[in-house]
Amino acid sequence: MRFMLLFSRQGKLRLQKWYLATSDKEKKKMVRELMQVVLARKPKMCSFLEWRDLKVVYKRYASLYFCCAIEGQDNELITLELIHRYVELLDKYFGSVCELDIIFNFEKAYFILDEFLMGGEIQDTSKKSVLKAIEQADLLQEEDESPRSVLEEMGLA
Amino acid sequence: AKYISQCIDEIKQELKQDNIAVKANAVCKLTYLQMLGYDISWAAFNIIEVMSASKFTFKRVGYLAASQCFHEGTDVIMLTTNQIRKDLSSPNQYDTGVALTGLSCFVTPDLARDLANDIMTLMSHTKPYIRKKAVLIMYKVFLKYPESLRPAFPRLKEKLEDPDPGVQSAAVNVICELARRNPKNYLSLAPLFFKLMTSSTNNWVLIKIIKLFGALTPLEPRLGKKLIEPLTNLIHSTSAMSLLYECVNTVIAVLISLSSGMPNHSASIQLCVQKLRILIEDSDQNLKYLGLLAMSKILKTHPKSVQSHKDLILQCLDDKDESIRLRALDLLYGMVSKKNLMEIVKKLMIHVDKAEGTTYRDELLTKIIDICSQSNYQYITNFEWYISILVELTRLEGTRHGHLIAAQMLDVAIRVKAIRKFAVSQMAMLLDNAHLIASNTQRNGICEVLYAAAWICGEFSEHLEELNQTLEAMLKPKVTTLPGHIQAVYVQNMVKLYASILQQKEQAGEKEAAQEITQLMIDRLPQFVQSADLEVQERASCILQLIKYIQKLQTKEVPVAEEVIALFAGELNPVAPKAQKKVPVPEGLDLDAWINEPPSDSESEDEKPKTIFHDEEQRHSKHRPPEIDEEELARRREARKQEQANNPFYIKSSPSPQKRYQDTPGVEHIPVVQIDLSVPLKVPGMPMSDQYVKLEEERRHKQKLEKDKKKKKQKKEKKGKHRRHNSLHTESEEDIAPAHHVDIITEEMPENALPSDEDDKDPNDPYKALDVDLDKPLADSEKLPVQRHRNAENLKSPDTEAPLVEKKSKKPKKKEKKHKEREKEKKKEREKKKKKSSKHRKKKHKKEKEEKSKDKKKSKKKQHHSEEETAESVQNGTLDDEPLPPMSSYCLLAENSYIKMTYDIQGNLQHDSQVTVSVIFENKSTSFLKSMELNVLDSLNTKMLRPEGSSVHDGIPVPFQLPPGVSSEAQFVFTLQSIVMAQKLKGTLSFIVKNDEGSTHEKLDFKLHFSCASYLITTPCYSDAFARLLESGDLHMSSIKVDGISISFQHLLAKICFYHHFSVVERVDSCASMYSRSIQGHHVCLLVKKGENSVSVDGKCNDSTLLSNLLDEMKETLSKC
Repeated sequence: MRFMLLFSRQGKLRLQKWYLATSDKEKKKMVRELMQVVLARKPKMCSFLEWRDLKVVYKRYASLYFCCAIEGQDNELITLELIHRYVELLDKYFGSVCELDIIFNFEKAYFILDEFLMGGEIQDTSKKSVLKAIEQADLLQEEDESPRSVLEEMGLA
Repeated sequence: AKYISQCIDEIKQELKQDNIAVKANAVCKLTYLQMLGYDISWAAFNIIEVMSASKFTFKRVGYLAASQCFHEGTDVIMLTTNQIRKDLSSPNQYDTGVALTGLSCFVTPDLARDLANDIMTLMSHTKPYIRKKAVLIMYKVFLKYPESLRPAFPRLKEKLEDPDPGVQSAAVNVICELARRNPKNYLSLAPLFFKLMTSSTNNWVLIKIIKLFGALTPLEPRLGKKLIEPLTNLIHSTSAMSLLYECVNTVIAVLISLSSGMPNHSASIQLCVQKLRILIEDSDQNLKYLGLLAMSKILKTHPKSVQSHKDLILQCLDDKDESIRLRALDLLYGMVSKKNLMEIVKKLMIHVDKAEGTTYRDELLTKIIDICSQSNYQYITNFEWYISILVELTRLEGTRHGHLIAAQMLDVAIRVKAIRKFAVSQMAMLLDNAHLIASNTQRNGICEVLYAAAWICGEFSEHLEELNQTLEAMLKPKVTTLPGHIQAVYVQNMVKLYASILQQKEQAGEKEAAQEITQLMIDRLPQFVQSADLEVQERASCILQLIKYIQKLQTKEVPVAEEVIALFAGELNPVAPKAQKKVPVPEGLDLDAWINEPPSDSESEDEKPKTIFHDEEQRHSKHRPPEIDEEELARRREARKQEQANNPFYIKSSPSPQKRYQDTPGVEHIPVVQIDLSVPLKVPGMPMSDQYVKLEEERRHKQKLEKDKKKKKQKKEKKGKHRRHNSLHTESEEDIAPAHHVDIITEEMPENALPSDEDDKDPNDPYKALDVDLDKPLADSEKLPVQRHRNAENLKSPDTEAPLVEKKSKKPKKKEKKHKEREKEKKKEREKKKKKSSKHRKKKHKKEKEEKSKDKKKSKKKQHHSEEETAESVQNGTLDDEPLPPMSSYCLLAENSYIKMTYDIQGNLQHDSQVTVSVIFENKSTSFLKSMELNVLDSLNTKMLRPEGSSVHDGIPVPFQLPPGVSSEAQFVFTLQSIVMAQKLKGTLSFIVKNDEGSTHEKLDFKLHFSCASYLITTPCYSDAFARLLESGDLHMSSIKVDGISISFQHLLAKICFYHHFSVVERVDSCASMYSRSIQGHHVCLLVKKGENSVSVDGKCNDSTLLSNLLDEMKETLSKC
């Protein structure tokens, strides 16, 4: 997979992940172009399109478009499946996820994605293990955090 | 943008601070800004700083930011090497994990080289979590640093049999990706994968393996045979569509690569087609699309098995989705045969009529033409049908492909002789109805067909029955509204028509009719002379002069038809497609698709020159030049001059006629030369075009002198006969013919042959370019595997491996030293800073305070600003469709038989430590209440604002008296220090009850409850600003969940807005984000989500205590619902 984008119906980017290092300028151009193409499509249309030399697989969940660019030989259906899996993960983690969740906790959404995909390849196909990893990392973070906030309060007091 | 630049400035400030937490926050903000499209590359160094934080929280943020914004061009990336190595060897698996994840996004060749060894050790880490990540990142490392594959491969292979399924699938992924780039080096792994494939139940892994096999089979046909069986089993058994699709795809690939030696080959193809049919029949658009896509792959090799599903594919044309329809069209293109062409095109025509949207209709139109004209009209059995299809297509409104239709018309009419009569009649019809075509689509291009129609009618006017009618149609004033190039063709072809009419009339002896027609031309042509288009004007004025001259001749009763016809003598010959192809293509010619087309019948071209030659030959042999009449001669000369004047224009005319004409005169020239000199061999020596022109003049001159009517008639007949004759047989008559023929080729071709060669190359060029394009990605990846392959062989001898690793580890060491030095320097600097900071801590405190107050001011400004701007979002909270239950923010303070007190607390916007308590006093008794005095017991935190000079124990008099049944409101101001906690103040109201019986002194105790919500001020917030606020990362997070809620989400939000002073920022279905601000400038953000019977509220706030108290209050409110 080349990259993954999440953007809203209004064309606002919510999340982007590039698996090939790309310059900012190029990224911006591609994002803009792709958003135009995808947003112009009607709901009844199928989820695949050929764009530049890539295949684009997108799916709309509520007001969010999940959009992946894959190479010619990749399987479209599995990519669709992958998007769905990611949504499931988000859903499990946030509890009935919605766009605002992803704005609200954008770093978490990135962490989940990183835990699920790495370098554009699926890292773990099991939902459970991904969530477990995230939860543990979160725990670690909270452990980190709690002493800090106490210290801060002390400092403030 | 202003806000953003302000934010960036703030962030820059934050980054300068020493506190790592602040820095991490700043970096987090930057990450968000980067997503919004702002350049944050200037902060790369700070990101690295955060990455090197010891705490996981910050490290995580740092790596996230790095993975988002680092790329190969980032120069500081090399500074990360050591940090990453440290993290990789961290005892904490999540530190390692986060480093690996980050690295996977920005790995560079240098990083790959330096870290390859570390990652390799991680591949056999005890934790599967790390192993998995390490295996996956190896793929990236291989890509950047191919040399690493050799040492790493055996370990990677080991991982294929790892006990942990995650690691295993990761290994499969990596090897599959590698193998796809260069399969032949991985053939040896086939048995292992085969085992995996038959044993694995994980579809994700299966798909990868099957894809790998798809790449391997072209290299090893035996594998394909072996694969067919398990694959067909999978196809039968699996319920996962993605797996099915992959299997089918691979089976197709296998079968294509196997050519045809398979026994059950057709059976499996049949199976595939069947399964694809199921996909296509599925209601899911995605499956349909993929089914069609796979179908088209089968079509290439097994068209027959697909053709049986024609019905289904035709059905797909009705689909709502345009991309599906287009796929189906592609399929149809390959499915046509002589038998079904007409049927399919008929269906397509129906679709053309139904189609909405010009793009799709245009696509259909081009497809119809493509389908019909493919491989040189191979499938067309009836050209009359095709012409009528083309004519039907002209009725389309608003198509952009008029020129395409025109090109087809010209092509068919020129190349298919038998159809000309029919074509001409159809075209004449088109010309008659030109107003229909020209009127509504002038700007678009369907009028291009008039170009074709005019040309065909003019060129093949001998087939035309109603010459006069057509001529008049072409002379209609409306024609002048057509585009210039079409008018030009009109003008030119008018003359052709005119010439044939003239000839007809003269032959029939109807001189008057002939003069009439001349008069008509003279009358009507001036409208073209006035044309704004140069080409039209030039042609028209020329022709007008010519016709005026003819008129003069006519009045002298001189027969002129022959001469006029002679103007176009050559064009009566069919022009072979090849001849056109050989003509150099003028720049910007829009018909090149047609010109590049390979010629169908090369004979016809060979014949044509001959026919001319024979004609001329015979003419000359039979008719010796008669004596020349001097007068006549002079007159003819005049006429000739006219012709010559005319000729250049003729050649210069619009592109496509030009070719034809250029060619035909050229063909004419040569025979004449030969005849005149009667030494054919000399011709090659004088191919100058000027000479030709002279020769041509002479020839025409002589011809004119030679010929008289009757003889010419005979010639004509013969000409016709010969032509037909020749088209049936190849040369059979005179020996000279071949010689001339050769001459023609050597003479005429030099000019044209070269361009024609170029023409041939033209279509190739894009392919060549494509070849390169395809190769490039391959070449890159190919190089690596080639080395890898060798490496893999070398690996068998372990000796080579060790030194390699050593070398690698040496290199980094040098770097390490450098890094260490750098780090030391940094540490020193930091230490210095720390010392300084401890000294100046006190000062800093003050500064911080100052900053805080500044912040407050700022935020206030912002607030005002946003209030102005976001009038809309203020309404968000209140503008509800549903009627809301009446709500009152006043709650009971205390009550007795005399008086009832209700109160409400409002934050004071102007003063960050004051709230106003409004108390409504309601006299419930029949007595008069007076001298009311309110007093509270101040707490440390909360104090009532008393008039100056009064002690803390004094009460505040209520500034009114209450007659019976009356209520009134008084306001009291309280000052607070901290607002993070709810407060309760005890208080007493003392008053005198005065009635008829006298007056009594009464007291009422109360408790004033300052909820946290009362410190909040409803503040509107834009969703953008809201999002930025959230990403700022300053906020603490907390959440609650309340079950058993039955009221609608709408009401719920309204309640929160009302009781807790929030405003809705954004609402999506049953999810909403809300915002409020405290009087002391705390931001409070909420995310409220409604489940079926529950509501969860996530909050973020600068102050965690405030937040948790607020949420508790909210919980209470909500649980009452």
